[in-house]
Amino acid sequence: MPEKAAAILLETDSLAKAYDGVPVLSGISIQVRPGIILGIIGENGAGKSTFTKCLNGMTQPSGGRVVFLGEELRDLSVAGAIAKGIVTIPQEFNLVSDLNVYENIFLGHEPRYAWGLLDRPAMRAKARELLSTLNAQLDPERRIATLSVAEKQMVEIAKALTSPCRLLIMDEPTTVLNQREVATLFTVMRRLRNQGTSILYISHKLKEVRDICDEVVVLRDGQFISHDPASALDEAEMARRMVGRDMSQLFPPKGAPPADAECILDVRGLRVTGLLHDVSFSLRRGEILGFAGLVGSGRTELAETLYGLHPVQSGSITLFGRPYRPASPAQAIAAGLAYLSEDRQGSGVLVDFSVANNVTLSSLRQYCRPFISKSRENARARHYIDAFHIKAPGYDAPLRSLSGGNQQKVAIAKGLDTAPKLFIFDEPTRGIDINAKSEVYAFIRRLVDQGISCLLISSDLEEVIGMCSRIAVMRAGSIAGEVSGDHINEEEIMYLATGVK
Amino acid sequence: MTTAKPSSASAASAVWRQRALGWLSDYGPYIALAVLLVACAISSPSFRRPQNLINITRQISYSGIIAIGMTFVIIGGGIDLSVGSLLAFAGSVGIIAMNHCDNPALAVAVAIVVSIAVGASCGALNGALITVGKIPPFIVTLGTLSIFRSLTLYIANAGLLTSKHDLFARFGGAIILGIPLPAWLLLVLAIIGAIILQQTRLGRYICAVGSNERVARYAAINTNLIKFSTYVIAGFLAGISAVMLGGRLSSLSSTTAGLSYELDAIAAAIIGGTAMAGGRGSVIGTLAGALILGIVSNVLDMWGVSVNLQGTVKGVVIIIAVLIQRQR
Repeated sequence: MPEKAAAILLETDSLAKAYDGVPVLSGISIQVRPGIILGIIGENGAGKSTFTKCLNGMTQPSGGRVVFLGEELRDLSVAGAIAKGIVTIPQEFNLVSDLNVYENIFLGHEPRYAWGLLDRPAMRAKARELLSTLNAQLDPERRIATLSVAEKQMVEIAKALTSPCRLLIMDEPTTVLNQREVATLFTVMRRLRNQGTSILYISHKLKEVRDICDEVVVLRDGQFISHDPASALDEAEMARRMVGRDMSQLFPPKGAPPADAECILDVRGLRVTGLLHDVSFSLRRGEILGFAGLVGSGRTELAETLYGLHPVQSGSITLFGRPYRPASPAQAIAAGLAYLSEDRQGSGVLVDFSVANNVTLSSLRQYCRPFISKSRENARARHYIDAFHIKAPGYDAPLRSLSGGNQQKVAIAKGLDTAPKLFIFDEPTRGIDINAKSEVYAFIRRLVDQGISCLLISSDLEEVIGMCSRIAVMRAGSIAGEVSGDHINEEEIMYLATGVK
Repeated sequence: MTTAKPSSASAASAVWRQRALGWLSDYGPYIALAVLLVACAISSPSFRRPQNLINITRQISYSGIIAIGMTFVIIGGGIDLSVGSLLAFAGSVGIIAMNHCDNPALAVAVAIVVSIAVGASCGALNGALITVGKIPPFIVTLGTLSIFRSLTLYIANAGLLTSKHDLFARFGGAIILGIPLPAWLLLVLAIIGAIILQQTRLGRYICAVGSNERVARYAAINTNLIKFSTYVIAGFLAGISAVMLGGRLSSLSSTTAGLSYELDAIAAAIIGGTAMAGGRGSVIGTLAGALILGIVSNVLDMWGVSVNLQGTVKGVVIIIAVLIQRQR
């Protein structure tokens, strides 16, 4: 590659984008050199995703220029971007779950025989070759539906690499990965970089940004804030630039339950066919018990079992001193349980419903005599909007008009409105920005101070370590061990979660 | 993704555009109904004759009552193709039962109770197959559409079932304050339906289940019971409609009674703003939708348009209604 062309791969000049006249991005001027990993960080709504969409043809900028390899890109389409070597790995995977790995990799540009039929042997061979360059131990014949999230991601990357790729855009690729999978992904990213591909890496996880990126661009409120070598910024400084103020304290101080606090939940030898076996743990009043483990280790299934969504096969559960065997979420709620689902939009909130109607969804009985009292519903919604600083146009605004962090607060309000004594949080801060995160942590701490006990399930190790004084680690449907006090550290948890040092 | 606050004139106009579209899709059916009514009244003297308007209310009431039930089913995320056949079956069983009674008043009461009970039971059968049997609603109700029609043909020997009591026809043809009884029933049932949908837990839960069944289940809603209840409501209302239709002529034709009423009912719900994917809709909107369909076919009659072409017009109206919904 000639040295001149190699100096700058991509340059944006005063790039701007407005939706319906509302500016979401303005005056972004950035240069990307070949063969680097450039982190793009910012809060939700800072314009990160919009910026990348202007580069990959998903949307057209409303002002400014994009120059790629010395040529200005105009009226770029997605196909046009891919043809030029700008490839995106989307946040939500675009894989057809009923097709197998190699069919997905070549979806839309399948190699064909001269007479028009699919050249399956070529597809298989090429897919195997691509996957081996990624060091992915993956059979090209497997159906997508049978793959883990990390494996699906590898398929997405392989798919991206079927065409020559100069600039790879990755939007929050590690959200659903565990630490080991993240390490594998980073190895692949470094190899691609060393082969001359540049990567735009969007992430909320500042520690990972610092680990993997060569340079970091900070965006805030659609504006360019800074562009520095990653080594020049520590995590605190990145966070400060993202929110525009000091974020020294992400986690509230840990509290411990009083020594004489009674045991409110005792699970012994819990078994659920195909999901859990021999799960035993206990929880005291006013305690936060963390649940760490790999995706698929049974943490969510445990929470769902306690919430009455899976039938218990054997074992005993004692809740508030009474035997407990819930057959439905209604029984769980009646017993004083609330569950914040990990899948916010899939099972947590109704995006078409208003804030008020979401808040009262599980507790609607209280508002009926016998007709629903809308004024009491709305008053309740206003109470939560004020108490949780929910940014919403009003209590009657549909949830789809709220950001992820605010939707999550509504989901928490929905659980709280049933007046629970035990709250199970499953990935409470997934995909929400750092401000909302620290607010969610403060809520959880406040609940616990009020005597509500919590189970906190999280794949974010910093989160469980920062919030919990005791952490149960799950592996393959059972509890591999517990760490508490001074023994809490990432290495110990990962050892228990994976079974390897 | 959140966006920054609007800061320019174009932003303000975008907000207004959004509001106008929202307003249009909320009130569209009523505006369309008003415009249609005024246009027809001005253009056609025979349309605006009171007797014609009263006839329209009678004509739409049979499928209109069914459309109320269809609204609940569709909002709950389902579909019920069987309601037309169900009407014929419930009405036929009702007439056979009443003909076993000699006291006219008792006979009419028997017809009412039996038709409604059969309707609700058949609805319960649909609901049970869909929720407990876990079979898609389209398949279940396509099957029962065929079953109910065939059973009707069997018990009526493919002919006409006639009531032996004159009181039945007097009841079905009753006119109160100048308005036919079935039209009153349609109005009252629509109001009750609207209250159930908007003001009760059942109504809220139906919307929740139709909007996202998984979220509803996680929110401790008994989703199967809710879905089941929508089919019972649909069957119950089909039973009421059956009594009215049977009483009108004191007889029911096993071959044509209720034929393709399910399509009229679905059309009325969609024109009235009910989302085909579930989760959103209004009973009063469905009433407006039924009136629009009734007025269109009435005015086409007035203009002497071939009956055979009226299906085309109806189809165009449905497609336009959905197009307007999608603009939002």
